[in-house]
Amino acid sequence: MQPIIKVSNLVTRFGKLTIHDNLQLEIAPGEIIAIIGGSGSGKSTLLREMILLEKPAAGSIEILGQEILTLSDSQALWLRKVCGVMFQNGALFSSLTVAENIALPLREHTKLSTDFIQEIVALKLALVGLSVEVGAKYPSQISGGMNKRVAVARALALDPQILFLDEPTAGLDPISAAALDELILQLRQLLGLTIVIITHDLDTLWKVTDRVAVLADRKLIAAEPLNTLVNFDHPWLQEYFHGERGRNTLTE
Amino acid sequence: MRHPQRIRWQALLANLYSSGVTALPIVGLLAFLIGVVLAYQGGMQLRTYGANIFIVDLVGITLLRELAPLLTAIIVAGRSGSAYAAQIGTMQITEEIDALRTLGIAPLELLVLPKLFALIITLPLLCAYADVMSVMGSMLVAKLSLGVSSYEFLDRFPQAVPITHYLIGISKAPVFAAIIALVGCYQGLQVRGGADSVGEQVTISVVRAIFLVIIVDAIFSIVFSLLKI
Repeated sequence: MQPIIKVSNLVTRFGKLTIHDNLQLEIAPGEIIAIIGGSGSGKSTLLREMILLEKPAAGSIEILGQEILTLSDSQALWLRKVCGVMFQNGALFSSLTVAENIALPLREHTKLSTDFIQEIVALKLALVGLSVEVGAKYPSQISGGMNKRVAVARALALDPQILFLDEPTAGLDPISAAALDELILQLRQLLGLTIVIITHDLDTLWKVTDRVAVLADRKLIAAEPLNTLVNFDHPWLQEYFHGERGRNTLTE
Repeated sequence: MRHPQRIRWQALLANLYSSGVTALPIVGLLAFLIGVVLAYQGGMQLRTYGANIFIVDLVGITLLRELAPLLTAIIVAGRSGSAYAAQIGTMQITEEIDALRTLGIAPLELLVLPKLFALIITLPLLCAYADVMSVMGSMLVAKLSLGVSSYEFLDRFPQAVPITHYLIGISKAPVFAAIIALVGCYQGLQVRGGADSVGEQVTISVVRAIFLVIIVDAIFSIVFSLLKI
């Protein structure tokens, strides 16, 4: 099958420091893939490059068969509509209510009537498991878990095909985190999304991912299902899975 | 009005209010006090020569042409320029700026331009208001300590102070406004990392905006004197 995202020969440098050196990654449509790696391994940078927030030094990133690194500003709008992004802390606009946050991309990029936009907002809220009443609140008035759900709803506002999630369960209590994992699976089932997750949460890895891409030594060292990765012979991965915290999730 | 532009209008109106309307009390008070101080100090000298009535010329030209625009710009740089840097800087840290970009909305368009336009509109108005308030402060001192009645003061004002001075003062305001807004927004966008960086960039934004305003004011003086106006 044609990959929906294809990263090839990617090179990223911050000054003299090389973050990615000829990195390759292919993501299939409908897949839930997590990107893991130690601090500074460049997983966030890779994500930011895929959503055009940062430019790599060399290489190519194709999304839906289109090279994105050479897109002009107006063409990039197409990419913005195809990709939804949830940032680590939600990044909701604090001066707008929850409903206005979700409505913003719709008001910006569609000619829909205000009433119709309200209906879509209610629909998106329901999709992420929130009631319509939440719409009237400001981001500061809702919990961290709800914040992330609203951020997902906003990311889904323009019906994207790919959803990027940056640390979706970070900072959540175990129950909210489990519920968010559940939501991720539901979204794929309902909307057929391709989902790219950056996470450290081993529970999320076990529960929702089809494959896990591992960044280490400035390269992608593996992109395999978690079961295979557990026995993969690489010092960082061994430490990751067989260190004290990793062992606990293995035995569950 | 209903679609994309609506947000910009809202942003523009919100900025007009926050950078203009809410600045009125402080700008008015400080301008009034500067008028008082200038008239008092200048008046002391004039009284020695018995030239009390020339207080009108002194304060009129100095305030309208130089002090009121400069004072207003400095207050606004401290109030609004810093607020712009802090707001955009915080949005940078909470990734709201990135979120805007991923939603296909240019931060420049939504955050910077409304602030720029709003300030270009409000600063000349604030400046005119500062003109009025500072001249009123001077008029009060002229009456109390120089024995120049308000009637005499106002009677002499149009002859002593040609309208050019007022126009020159006001015409500098939009330029100052552009400097303050652009420096504030730019420094906000330069924020990286955490809260420390916000504080640092806000400080830089205020210092640099005031510095540039004074430099540009000096350049204006040179240009106007070359043009003999």
